[in-house]
Amino acid sequence: MADETYPPDLLYHPEHDWARVEDGEATLGITWFAQDQLGEVVFFDPPHLGTAIAANDPYSEVESVKAVSDVIAPLSGEVTAVNEALSDAPEKINDDPYGEGWLIRVRLSDPSEADALLDADAYRERLAAESSE
Amino acid sequence: MTRYTSATDRDRREMLAAIGAGSIDDLFADIPESLRLSAPLELPDGMAEQDVYDHLAQLAARNRHCEDEVSFLGAGMYDHYVPALIDSIIQRSEFLTPYTPYQPEVSQGGLQAMFEFQTAISELTGLPVANASLYEGPSSVASAGYLALLENRRSRFVTSRGVHPHSRAALETYGRGFGTTLHETPLDERGATDLDALAAAVDDDTAAVFLQQPNFLGTVEDLGPLVEAAQRTGALVVCSVDPLTLGVLEPPGAFGVDIAVGEGQSLGNRLDYGGPSFGFFAARDRFIRRMPGRIAGETVDADGRRGFVLTLQTREQHIRREKATHNICTSQALNAVAGVIYLSWLGRRGIVELGELMLRRTHYAREALGLQPINPGPVVREFAMRVPDLDDLFRRARAERVNPGYRLGRDYPEYADGLLVAITERRTRADIDRLAGLVARSREGVAA
Amino acid sequence: MRPAETDTLTIFERSQEGRRAFSPPPTDVPETPIEELLPAAAVRRWPPELPEVAEPEIVRHYNNLSKKNFDLDTGFYPLGSCTMKYNPKLNERVAALPGHARLHPLQDDEYAQGALELMWRLERALAEIAGLPHVSLQPSAGSHGELAGLLLTRAYHEDRGESRTKVLTPDTAHGTNPATVTMAGYEVVKVGTAADGGVDLDDLRARAGEDTACLMLTNPNTLGLFDRNIEEIARIVHEAGATLYYDGANLNAVVGISRPGDMGFDIVHFNLHKTFTQPHGGGGPGAGPIAVSDRIEPYLPVPRVVESASRNGAEPAYELDQDHPKSIGRLRGFQGNFGVFVRSYAYIRSVGGDGLRDVAETAVLNANYLRARLAEPGIGELLPVAFDRTCMHEFVLSGAPAKRELGIKTLDIAKRLLDHRVHPPTVYFPLLVHEALMIEPTETETRETLDRFADSIRAILEEGRRDPELVKGAPYETPVRRLDEGRAARRPIVRQPPVT
Repeated sequence: MADETYPPDLLYHPEHDWARVEDGEATLGITWFAQDQLGEVVFFDPPHLGTAIAANDPYSEVESVKAVSDVIAPLSGEVTAVNEALSDAPEKINDDPYGEGWLIRVRLSDPSEADALLDADAYRERLAAESSE
Repeated sequence: MTRYTSATDRDRREMLAAIGAGSIDDLFADIPESLRLSAPLELPDGMAEQDVYDHLAQLAARNRHCEDEVSFLGAGMYDHYVPALIDSIIQRSEFLTPYTPYQPEVSQGGLQAMFEFQTAISELTGLPVANASLYEGPSSVASAGYLALLENRRSRFVTSRGVHPHSRAALETYGRGFGTTLHETPLDERGATDLDALAAAVDDDTAAVFLQQPNFLGTVEDLGPLVEAAQRTGALVVCSVDPLTLGVLEPPGAFGVDIAVGEGQSLGNRLDYGGPSFGFFAARDRFIRRMPGRIAGETVDADGRRGFVLTLQTREQHIRREKATHNICTSQALNAVAGVIYLSWLGRRGIVELGELMLRRTHYAREALGLQPINPGPVVREFAMRVPDLDDLFRRARAERVNPGYRLGRDYPEYADGLLVAITERRTRADIDRLAGLVARSREGVAA
Repeated sequence: MRPAETDTLTIFERSQEGRRAFSPPPTDVPETPIEELLPAAAVRRWPPELPEVAEPEIVRHYNNLSKKNFDLDTGFYPLGSCTMKYNPKLNERVAALPGHARLHPLQDDEYAQGALELMWRLERALAEIAGLPHVSLQPSAGSHGELAGLLLTRAYHEDRGESRTKVLTPDTAHGTNPATVTMAGYEVVKVGTAADGGVDLDDLRARAGEDTACLMLTNPNTLGLFDRNIEEIARIVHEAGATLYYDGANLNAVVGISRPGDMGFDIVHFNLHKTFTQPHGGGGPGAGPIAVSDRIEPYLPVPRVVESASRNGAEPAYELDQDHPKSIGRLRGFQGNFGVFVRSYAYIRSVGGDGLRDVAETAVLNANYLRARLAEPGIGELLPVAFDRTCMHEFVLSGAPAKRELGIKTLDIAKRLLDHRVHPPTVYFPLLVHEALMIEPTETETRETLDRFADSIRAILEEGRRDPELVKGAPYETPVRRLDEGRAARRPIVRQPPVT
C-alpha cells in the first residue's frame, strides 16, 4: 500500500478525486484518502471511450470488497482513454493512486473549470478539517 | 417462562437490578400506554408438545398425499423419490440452524456446499456462472427479467404461452413494479411455441424473451431457431428449464440462451404442498456482476489454505442498497444443499439413467392411455391429452385412489378437456397400466 | 486443530469413474432407443459432469463439511435483527409427516383440507399478532414480503387514480428496504434519524407529501429503539395520503405487547424464520407473510385461503380462491413455503398467546441485561452504546473508541470472538454508527450465557490493550484463518473448473 501523499502538481476535487492537466487534456483518478477509505479495490468499470462526463457528477464507481464509491469528475470533457490495466490489477489504485492507478483521460471541454479545484495544500487542509468533525 | 426460555423469578430480579429497572414493564416504557395491549392476544393457550403433535397429525391426516394415492400430478412440482441420506445430512444442526455465512471462517461447510451447488447447476444448464439459489421457479423467472432490465433498460417482456402460468403471472406482477409490459405469444397446433409469432413479437424495445423447456404441456421445444429469433434485436433470452430432464436434453447453454432459471424441487426436495424448494439461476459470464443473490467464491486464507467466501457482495442489498441487483437476502440455502446432495447421489450416470427411464415410461404412457394428444411431438416426462369426460375419469380414479393428473382447463381455456399427465421414476408400468384401465373404462362408460 | 489438506476437497474432486450411489429402478417398459424418442438436436451430447461417488463417501463428505460450521444449536449466536432463537425440534417432526411432506400443491382443495385449515389458522394467528385482519402467506422471505407491500401500495394508489413516485426509508433501514423500493419502481428518499435514535419528525414532515407512496419502518428500529413518536409518524404519513409499512424483522421485541396495526401500520410483513422459529438453514428457507388493513385488502396476492361451504355443513371447509379482480396477482408459484408454515404454526400452538408475550418480555430483559453488563468499566468506555436509553430486544455498540485507543477494529473483535466459540454480533450495520456492533441475544439464552459473552468481550479488550496484534490476527482456532475476500472479488472463481 502507498504512503499518504498529495502530489503538489495535481489539482483536487473535494470528493477525493485528482486531475493532472496538460495541454487541454486531463488524467483523472482518486486520491490516497479515497483508496484508504475504500480498502482493497477489487473492481473498476470504466466509462466507454467518447463518453461525455460533467464536472461534479459521478462518471463511474470503484468497488472494494465491502463498499462502493462513486468517482466524481473534477472537470468536464470527453473520455479519450481508460486504464485497461485495472481490469486485471485493480489494486494498482491502492498501490499507486496517482501513477499506475490512473482511471481515465479526458479532452477538456472547459479548461477554466480547473480554477475551481483545490491545490494540494488546500485539499490537505480540507481533509484535516473533515476528520476533526 | 416457557419451555424455550430460562429466566426464573430469581433471574428476573437480579437482572432487573443490574439494569436498574424496577420491573419488566419499565423496560417497555417507550411504548405509549395507548399502544400497549392490556389483555393477552386472543390466541389459544400454549400446549404440551404431545398435544401440539396430535393436533398437527390430525390436520395432516386430512390431506390425501402421494402415499395415499397413485398420483400423476405434475405441472411444475413432481413426486420424485427423495433418498434417505438427504435428511440425515440436512437435519444436522450445523446445516439446519446457522444463518447466512457472514463470518466465513466458521461457515466453510455451508460455503463449500454452495460452491458445489453452483458447480452442479452450471454443469446441468451449460452456463458458466450460477448463484447459490433464489426462492423457487416462477419468481426466478421474474428475477431474470430484472437482470435484463438492468442490462438494457428496455420495457417489453415477450413470453411464450408455453411458460408455466405461475411464471407468466409472476412476470405480470413484478412487471407492475418494473414498469414493463408483458406480451404473450401462442402455441401452435402441436403444443409447441409458434416460431413465427414469437419472431414477430420481438422488437427493439424487448428487454427479454422467456421460454420454457420442456414447456408447460411437456413439449420439447426446438430451442435453436427460437433463441435465434429472440436475440435478433438484442433482447436477452431466458429459459426456464426442468432440471431433471437435463440428463437427456441438450442444455439451454448449448443453444445460446443468456439466462437459465427453474424450479429445483425435483432435485432432492419434498413436495411440501408447494414449498420450500429452491430456484436456480445460471447465466453467461458477462452477467456475473448483475446476478441476483448470494454467490460463493473460492479463495485462500492467511495460511494459504483453500477456503470459500461470499463474493461479489457489492451487487447485494446489504452493500449496494437502492442500486442492488436484487433485494433478496434470505434465499433457500438448506434446500440448495439438499439439491447438491441429490445431484451427487444421482451422479453423472444416474441423471442420464433417470432421464431415460422417465422418457421411456412417458412414451409408453402416452401410447397406453390412447387419448388424443394435445402435444403429439417429443416429450420427456409430461404430456397433455384430450379426455372426453374429465369429471367421469376423476370420479372413477378417485374411488381407486388414483389421481390422473392436472386439469389443463384451469389455466388454458383452449384445452378445457385437457389432462396433463406427469411421469416420475416412482410411477411404474403397473401404475400406468392402472391409469390406462381407468381411462378405457371411462371411455366405454361414457360411450355407452 | 489444523484440518488435513484433504479436508478441502470438493465432492467433484472425490469423484472416481465408475462409482455410483443411485441404483435405478428396472426399466419395465420397452427400451426404445433415445434417438427414436427425441429429435437429434435435442439430445444431450455430453452428460453433465456430476460427481461419481458411492453413498458412504457422500455422507462422509457432507458430514465433515457440516463440522466446519458454527451453528445455533452449538453456541450463542447474537446476530442483530436476525433473531437467532432456539428452533424447537418438534418443528421437524411435524413438517415431516407425510400428510405435509408428500402433499402435491395442486391436489384438489377437497383433498387438502388439513393443509388449508393449517394455513387459515396460521393466518388468523398472524392477524391477531399484527392487529391487521387480512393475511397472505405467499411471500417467501422478508424481502419478498417487502416487495409485496410496495406492489400493494402501488396498486392502492393507482386504483385511486394517483401517481406517486417516492418511498421514504430511514437512514437506519436494512438494505433490503431501499433495494425493494427500486424493484417496485419507486425512488428512495432518506429520512434522518433524530438525536434520540428515532425518526426525525421535522425531516419527515418536510419530505412527506403528495408524491410519497409509502414510509417503510421497522419498530423497534435497527438501533433496537422503539420510536415513541410512532403515532405522530403514522398521522403525518396518512395525512400525506401515503401507506405505512412495517418491516417485521424486529417483531420479537413487541409480540404480545403491542401490535403494528394499532400503531397505525397498513401493511406488515413477518419473518417466520426469525420470530417464529423456522430454522435459518444457513441462509433460508424462510417465509415473509403479510398482514394488511381493510383498505389494502382488495389488492392482496392470489390465491387466498377462504372458508367455503362444507359438504356436511358441520365442519368449516376451506378453499383456494382466485377470484379477486383487483389482486396484484402472484409473486411466486403455488401457495408459498408451506413447510415453513407448518413449523411456525406448531411453534405458535406450543407457546400460545401468553407464551408469545413472555417471548418479548424475556427478549427485552436479556438485551437490557447484556447492555448493562457491557456498559461496565473495562468495556463500556471502549465499546459505548450508541444511544444511551432503554433498548428493546437488541442494541448497538460503537467500536470507535476501541479503534482509536487500542487500534483494534470491530472486525478484529468479531474475529477474536470466533476463538471464544461464539458467533459474533452483526458488524458495521447500521451505517449510522461507526464501527457498529449490533447485538440481539434473544429470549432463549440463559443469563449465564450472557455473562460468559460479557466476559469474552472483556477478555478480548484486555488482550487488545496488551497485544493488539494478537487480536488483529484472529481467528486462530477455526477451520480456516481470515480469508482473502479481495482475491475472491477480483478474480471470482464461482465453480469447480469444468472438465475439458
